[in-house]
Amino acid sequence: MSIAFYLIAALTVAGGLAAVLLKNTVHCALALTVAFAGLALFFLQLDAQFAGFAQILVYIGAVAILVVFAILLTRGSETPKDGVFSKNWFVGLVIAAGVFAVLGWAVLQSGHVLPHETAVPVVTVLQIGNALMGRYVLPLEIVALLLTAAMIGAVIVALHEKESAK
Amino acid sequence: MTPLSGYLIVAALLFSIGLAGALTRRNAILVLIGIELMLNAANLNLIAFWRYGPHPEALTGMMFAIFSIAVAAAEAAVGLGLVISIHRHAHTTDLDRMNRMKG
Repeated sequence: MSIAFYLIAALTVAGGLAAVLLKNTVHCALALTVAFAGLALFFLQLDAQFAGFAQILVYIGAVAILVVFAILLTRGSETPKDGVFSKNWFVGLVIAAGVFAVLGWAVLQSGHVLPHETAVPVVTVLQIGNALMGRYVLPLEIVALLLTAAMIGAVIVALHEKESAK
Repeated sequence: MTPLSGYLIVAALLFSIGLAGALTRRNAILVLIGIELMLNAANLNLIAFWRYGPHPEALTGMMFAIFSIAVAAAEAAVGLGLVISIHRHAHTTDLDRMNRMKG
């Protein structure tokens, strides 16, 4: 465990906690960006450069911007008077703590069977491209179809009310 | 503690934070943010298992993570479009006040 791991872990978890706990919704979106950046650093540290840069492009470049736009369009940055957490927040907290307890217990119990330090895998973008165009070409086409359908669907869903008002 | 279990613990912590956010926040956009955090924690697991697994040159976990990122982007676009549509209809994004399915 290097010191870089602990630093990135602290950054990511702090970003995630802030994204969930802050009152102002815009601040939550910015904290979410910090958490995404921490995860991208994790990917780079795990020698998955392509996934790390894809994470930066897709999440920080697109999803975070989309979230900020949605917040501004819905005027969600105004803090409601009766608190930001739902009435039965305690139940949700207990469920989340229970899930973390089970997952953490499972990881710590299986620590001795998990593999130790292995050789650094050398993966070039050429290999990833060959795999995407060869073995994984069918999933790639399905994802392309899904993205097209999602784009058209999002536009239609967001436009619907305006058309019926005419 | 092996490096892999460190990554798995961080991913479990992030997943739980996202789950807590999705279950306790009232704003629909914040619920989507929680879901995004959960998806990212799963991606971290996939990449960590790929890195420390027996055959990293097969690229299985990496491909899984890349496709998962693409699906999560589609999910975010549709989810936020739905939130905007609901806001236009009901003039609220408060989930506690969205208690009718009929318009």
